[in-house]
Amino acid sequence: MQNHPVYTDNDPQNELSTLNLGPTHPATHGVFQNVLQLDGERIVSGVSTIGYIHRAFEKIAEHRPFYQITPLTDRLNYCSSPINNMGWHMTVEKLLGITTPKRVDYLRVIVMELARIADHIVCNGVLGVDTGAFTGFLYMMEYREAIYEIYEEVCGSRLTTNIGRIGGFERNFNTIAFAKLRKFLVDFPKTLKEFESLFNRNRIFVDRTKDVAAVTAEDALSYSWTGPILRATGVDYDVRAMNPYSSYEDFEFEVPVGTNGDVYSRFLVRNEEMWQSLRIIEQALVKLEKEPSDIFHADVPEFYLPPKEEVYNNMEALIYHFKIVMGEIPTPNTEVYHSVEGANGELGFYLVNDGGRSPYRLHFRRPSFINYQMYAPMSRGMLLSDAIINMSSLNVIAGELDA
Amino acid sequence: MATIPNEELLKRIGEKFGEQVTLVGEPYGLLTVETGREQIIDLLTFLKTDAALRFIFLTDITAVHYPEQEKQIGIIYHLHSLTTNTRIRLKVFLVDGDVHIPTATVLWEGANWMERETYDFFGVIFDGHPDLRRILNVDDMTAFPMRKEFPLEDPNRVDKKDYFFGR
Repeated sequence: MQNHPVYTDNDPQNELSTLNLGPTHPATHGVFQNVLQLDGERIVSGVSTIGYIHRAFEKIAEHRPFYQITPLTDRLNYCSSPINNMGWHMTVEKLLGITTPKRVDYLRVIVMELARIADHIVCNGVLGVDTGAFTGFLYMMEYREAIYEIYEEVCGSRLTTNIGRIGGFERNFNTIAFAKLRKFLVDFPKTLKEFESLFNRNRIFVDRTKDVAAVTAEDALSYSWTGPILRATGVDYDVRAMNPYSSYEDFEFEVPVGTNGDVYSRFLVRNEEMWQSLRIIEQALVKLEKEPSDIFHADVPEFYLPPKEEVYNNMEALIYHFKIVMGEIPTPNTEVYHSVEGANGELGFYLVNDGGRSPYRLHFRRPSFINYQMYAPMSRGMLLSDAIINMSSLNVIAGELDA
Repeated sequence: MATIPNEELLKRIGEKFGEQVTLVGEPYGLLTVETGREQIIDLLTFLKTDAALRFIFLTDITAVHYPEQEKQIGIIYHLHSLTTNTRIRLKVFLVDGDVHIPTATVLWEGANWMERETYDFFGVIFDGHPDLRRILNVDDMTAFPMRKEFPLEDPNRVDKKDYFFGR
């Protein structure tokens, strides 16, 4: 055993140390491993190793009927599972040619924007924690809880929501859900404003984040970045605006863009997106008043599971229930790509169907996976402490990274 | 700029590549063309650099396995032109046993992990790739698990045997 380091040559300045950052490091917020070569505190090179929680969702999906794949999508980006759920439902609806009523679209928009806010709360809150400011995180987390309570009223669960069904929702929104939503819309803006005033011009925070991990738009596009981190570089690509789905074309909102592509820009873009999400939800509530309040799913009995009381008492519902569960309804033999704006980028579903009850092939275009590959190259020359907050600001979710 | 109509896009590609690129279809409005592995990089370069098309954004690379076909492995590219908001899907089919295709990392840095994932799950060798290793599965795995012949469950597992359940 040697108690002192061995130098490879006579100059101790050339000695590099190897650091295993992760896979279970508290600052990485998930199972990420990066083997870094450090020169003092500066990173010389890094290698990312991923796949620690790979669960073979694409393989499992080939053996499951369409409606049983929704719980798999929950576990991709589990900070905003409703967006994944809705994205999957819309992919299947596009495949089957189902058009959903406007009320369903608006309800979906509400749920998806709530999920976006919940995701950004976590990301920006944790970015504050990693730079040493715990307060903002505590203030904001209260409202993620409020959002989870709204999910609970809508679907019964909180984190992995399995919300909605192919064609709409499994049940209508109740009055408590709307009451909680309205309370959230009154309370949350105050806290968000407070959060912004706590950080936006905070000298310590700005010094830690400004010009850190700045990425040019060219690099971001070359690495296929999407979502807030791409918009922070100045590219205004937002799937909601460019390829509107779920009636996003009916809403007025802005796509915030940054200028530097650094950690600070990403923080500001996410904050502004929360304001825009609130704006969208408020518009959706106004639009909902004009829609018949008892519609919460499309009229597609071949694909939408009937309620249990119907199944037990109604012949037709029983037949449809049987057909759906046994997968006896033919589906088109074709392929479809559908994408939604997830909380951290373009979440795409490439579905190849052979007419059976389960997909022939399902591929998830996972933004975390694609965004994260720049992490090791961009860390070169960066301080270790900057690399930590860079990872927080990329908002890479381990579940989505590894699928 | 407005979306490029599929006919015009196909005409532009046809002028340049002629018979080498064939139309597969337009499922749900997304133009899908097939080409060979000899042309794929030329085609991608043309789509990316042509001043009117500008498919600068690589959305995704993945593969599909069709065991019944002669050319079993299909490599699927999704490109997106952000200036015109047009998408296109490209397919290259390869014979099993000779699954070599040139890498797209020469055009997009982001193709790196997408190709590693495709290699990991389908065994597609991307020639010229800087670092073609497994990415999500363990390094010493020998199979390519997303191929159809690979079973979902490990056939050797014993914890689901009937006698554990009194059957």
